[in-house]
Amino acid sequence: MLRSLANIFWLGTKELRSLFGDVVLIGLVIYSFTVAVISQAQSSSQELHRASIAVVDEDNSELSRRIAAAFLPPYFQRPVYITQREVEPLMNSGRFTFVLDIPPNFQRDVLARRKPSVQVNVDATAMIQAGIGSGYALQIITTEVGWFVARSDVAVQAPVNLVTRIAFNPNVTTAWFEGVMGIINSVTMLAIILAGAALVREREHGTMDHLLVMPLSPFEIAMSKIWANALVIAVAVAVALYLVVRWYLQVPIMGSIPLFLAGTVLYLFFATAVGLFLGTIARSMPQLGLLYILVAVPINMLSGGMTPVESQPVWLATIMKASPSTHFVSFAQSILYRGAGIDVVWPQFVAVAATGALMLVLTIRRFRAAIAAAGA
Amino acid sequence: MSIAAPPVAVVRQLSQHYRDVTALDDVSIEIPSGCVIGLIGPDGVGKSSLLSILAGARAIQSGEVVVLGADMSDRRAREQVCPRIAYMPQGLGRNLYPDLSVYENIAFFARLFGQARAERDWRIAELMEATALADFADRPAKKLSGGMKQKLGLCCSLIHDPDFLILDEPTTGVDPLSRRQFWDLIDRLRARSTSRMSVIVATAYMEEAARFDWLIAMNDGRILATGTPAELKAQTGAATIEDAFIALLPQDASRDHAEMPAKDELDGSHETVIVARDLTCRFSDFTAVDGVSFQIRKSEIFGFVGSNGCGKTTTMKMLTGLLPPSDGEALIFGRSMEAGNHESRSRVGYMSQAFSLYGELTVRQNLVLHARLFHLPLASAERRIAELIDRCDLADHLDGLAADLPLGIRQRLSLAVAIVHRPDLLILDEPTSGVDPVARNQFWRLLIELSRRDGMTIFVSTHFMNEAARCDRLSLMHEGRVLATDTPDGLIRAKGAQTLEQAFIAFLEQDAGVADPPVTLMPAQSAPHSQGKPTERGGQTVFSPRRLLAYTIREGLELVRDPIRLMFALFGTAFLMIVIGFGISTDVNNLTFAALDRDQSPESRAYLAELRGSRYFVEKPPLADYAELERRMKSGDIKASIEIPPNFGVDIKRGRPAFVSAWIDGAMPFRAETIRGYLEGTHQLYLSDPAVKTTRPQAASPVGVEIRFKYNQAFDSIYAMAPSTIALLLALFPAILMALAVVREKELGSITNLYVTPVTRLEFLVGKQLPYIAVALVNFALMYVMALTLFRVPMKGDVLPLLVGTVVYVITTTGFGMLISTFCRTQIAALFGTAILTVLPATQFSGMLVPVSSLSGVARVIGMGFPMTYYRPITVGTFTKGLGFADLGADILMLLVFIPVLTGLSLLMLPKQER
Repeated sequence: MLRSLANIFWLGTKELRSLFGDVVLIGLVIYSFTVAVISQAQSSSQELHRASIAVVDEDNSELSRRIAAAFLPPYFQRPVYITQREVEPLMNSGRFTFVLDIPPNFQRDVLARRKPSVQVNVDATAMIQAGIGSGYALQIITTEVGWFVARSDVAVQAPVNLVTRIAFNPNVTTAWFEGVMGIINSVTMLAIILAGAALVREREHGTMDHLLVMPLSPFEIAMSKIWANALVIAVAVAVALYLVVRWYLQVPIMGSIPLFLAGTVLYLFFATAVGLFLGTIARSMPQLGLLYILVAVPINMLSGGMTPVESQPVWLATIMKASPSTHFVSFAQSILYRGAGIDVVWPQFVAVAATGALMLVLTIRRFRAAIAAAGA
Repeated sequence: MSIAAPPVAVVRQLSQHYRDVTALDDVSIEIPSGCVIGLIGPDGVGKSSLLSILAGARAIQSGEVVVLGADMSDRRAREQVCPRIAYMPQGLGRNLYPDLSVYENIAFFARLFGQARAERDWRIAELMEATALADFADRPAKKLSGGMKQKLGLCCSLIHDPDFLILDEPTTGVDPLSRRQFWDLIDRLRARSTSRMSVIVATAYMEEAARFDWLIAMNDGRILATGTPAELKAQTGAATIEDAFIALLPQDASRDHAEMPAKDELDGSHETVIVARDLTCRFSDFTAVDGVSFQIRKSEIFGFVGSNGCGKTTTMKMLTGLLPPSDGEALIFGRSMEAGNHESRSRVGYMSQAFSLYGELTVRQNLVLHARLFHLPLASAERRIAELIDRCDLADHLDGLAADLPLGIRQRLSLAVAIVHRPDLLILDEPTSGVDPVARNQFWRLLIELSRRDGMTIFVSTHFMNEAARCDRLSLMHEGRVLATDTPDGLIRAKGAQTLEQAFIAFLEQDAGVADPPVTLMPAQSAPHSQGKPTERGGQTVFSPRRLLAYTIREGLELVRDPIRLMFALFGTAFLMIVIGFGISTDVNNLTFAALDRDQSPESRAYLAELRGSRYFVEKPPLADYAELERRMKSGDIKASIEIPPNFGVDIKRGRPAFVSAWIDGAMPFRAETIRGYLEGTHQLYLSDPAVKTTRPQAASPVGVEIRFKYNQAFDSIYAMAPSTIALLLALFPAILMALAVVREKELGSITNLYVTPVTRLEFLVGKQLPYIAVALVNFALMYVMALTLFRVPMKGDVLPLLVGTVVYVITTTGFGMLISTFCRTQIAALFGTAILTVLPATQFSGMLVPVSSLSGVARVIGMGFPMTYYRPITVGTFTKGLGFADLGADILMLLVFIPVLTGLSLLMLPKQER
């Protein structure tokens, strides 16, 4: 037992040295936790930001100009005035996502209480902007007209009013979400690549035979790769959370970072085991890379880090709820955005640990079998 | 032999440096024509550099090289002369394609030299006849034995009747019989050739060098001596070329070279350490080891001698338990070495064929790591390591990385590591291949010492006959079988031969049943030239479709024969299309909410009923208090909570403004925005719902806002997502496959064919691109059908602009991969490089999530410079917007602009010579 632990430890130190000798992989680690995270965080893909808008003003009245002027950055770009004929081609080419059409005699009809309509054309192929932006447009137009009619800034009080507040991210800033999700995507990606590469590298260099002839068991070899690569990633996650997310991107983190790191370590057992598993299938690094794309891209896309799991078809959501990656995304959001403690997230920790252990057992069995057939 | 003719090559003051290594140091030499020239010297002294420069494969750094009258630093002159030169680089079949058959390999080279079908056919037939490869025409090159691979390499080199043949260690690792046949073949071909082809050969076998006409001895980037073998021997007073070479070395390099110590006789002990009985190893389609039996006694040095691929390594793997035998048994110390038998394993030291230590660790770290893994006690480990450093003479390199060591020292380190735990048995698989004679002698002295002084049993394999002669006993192996086992003298006596090599050849011939069948060669004059006009030589056409096609055919065959790559290429996109199509949806529904109703009045229940009726929301059990609200929001159980304050109903009745407050989970911003939109919509419904009698009717809004979702009235994200996904996946997959294809040739060495044959860079790149364009179009067809059937996205516009756009687009995306591959060195760097440089712009800056018109700054610049920005409007436009050429022509034109730009950049970045 003690011998085994010592073997795992010493083999692991070798893994660390090997990893730090591999320029491509270290470059990948640095890229994943800096450029990749920052570019996602600054993408504004989750919010309405600089949406392009044009106005066909057939009324050319004070009210129509007021409406156009109410579409303001950062949500919208300054509106561009176009003619009726230009609407189709400009929307077809994707130049404008929104086009307002204010009919002739609009101001007169409003004042005469004839309830005229403003048409908002939305390019519905720009999914996120179209959905959020049409709501904003509705509200901006209604408010502007309301003020104009009342000739004052006092809105008419409705009998029942809805006050909505957004918890945890009051300004719905993309960076708060994507900054942390970027790190999570990088964790899955790197765990698979680093662990898989550690195995394939050993196979390509012929050092695997060398290890197996020594009094070492496949379990020890596998565990040494898991702990060493998981350690590197866990440290990188911690550094990225403090330096990139908190300091550089200025994203506030509500909960306890150590608690999140503890969960990450649990998840890493699963993810590195997946990497080793792929490493036993792949014969070369390029094959590992191709397999990685087929495994990691779906894991990252479907675990709730990009779009909500509950929007998926039921069969897919059921499968994904069994995956530790979904629990990982879920407890990461609970801890980091909503400040949840261990009392809230412990069931997810248990689920991740259990599936991780299962994957580990599977991997080590596969590892033994693959080694038995190594000469083939 | 006439040396009077003008020299075939003249080298003046040639120097080459690679980083801080000097490969060639002011070399000047005239190489006589019309004869066979041997280039001898240990590994890493600049032989390969010199040969690749002579072949035009490597750029000259300083100095002057004239080959066949052409200045090799002048591109035009080089292009003129290269069809008259043939070059076979070092390494077994390094410029061949392992997945292609014998015939396909030769045909590939014939096409590269622009030969038309008729000419190609008779030339291939003639060469395969001459080399006795005709019976194996359909066998993949990877399944040939070492000797056959070299013959195939020779066929490929001779397909264009060169005047100057450059062979870099063509026979290393080949069995002696095949080696002899190889040289006979060269002699016959030269005798046939009317122009008396000149041949230069680098070799590590000093025995072989004796048969060449003229020798060049090299060491450390400099030429030591030149002359006929007889002259060299006379000059040094040595009996053999090997001794002559060692005598030529400067004093410091040969200082360690002393005569081998005489081995003491073994003591009488006959304890057997290894017993192999009928060991057999079968892989799916061939038998690697066939009924091998032998016994090895304690303290003896037992040799396994044979060519590469004859089963030596497989036998050793079975002995060490790495490979389960298909039949028979292997016992070490009377037990089998199955997995888990730790006790036997700690008595064995193993040194595998390739250098198998950790190159990224220093010498000391390697030693310490292995001492730890064998659990040597700390104090004795230190003593042992110090002893090994001394014994294996590693003191000068302790803190150097193992990967940076010269080969000879690396092998000593491997040995030190293998014996760190004082094993009783040492198994060494080809420990000295590639090591120079001086280092090899030093290594053997260590082995003999270990055997005689430490009583270690040593089992060693080799293909060097002079090493085999040093073993106590040895087995001659061939094609998986042991031909004979005896002492070296016994084997020589059994065949009445003079040397062990001759004895081995006699055994091989006896095994083959007949001696090498005489091959009759057609005299060159009577060759059926009438069947095809020989290709014009010397003249270089600027562009040749045939050469381009050579690469297209080669690439296509290889792709079809690699199941993992083919599956990935054909079905990878379909798989990810399913994942993204079903998994990524911006439709937000099934939103969970819970109510904190602190009023519990008919009015409050009426408000909540409106929410419960919405198809977007799913209600969870109600909340009791704020603490519960906070806890359930935190755990993600509910995405929104609705709080209705006390007196809600009373306020409504009394006409006072009443308030409902909602908390929305902001963890995922776009979902939060959408929930806010839904809640406000539901709230408006509540206000105007005539069924709700609890509120007074509200004054009508003065304006109507008509939201028209153009192109996608149902506002279902799949209509935008499916066409966008096609664009995304066609950006990613073709680029990655293409990038791997080019770098693969660099990594495997077959890129040399680009350097030394008339093929141009454009032909090379476009030829390799064509199969991937075809694969991408198949992918497109698959995804198109999936979009229509699986995702039920109707095709509203014209198919033709989509098809035209797709063809242009996949040319640009494969071109993108091509560009990346021109500056990557390894396949793994190409893979990640392409993935990173594609995925980020494709998902973030090409309109997938955010319209390009909303981007600003760097993001916009990247977006405008990425082909997908112009292709996504075409897929979305034709599928969902119902557009045609009129609207999409501009995008197609923009895509067309990318093609010359990407191809031009790739051409600039891809050198036609190695640097």
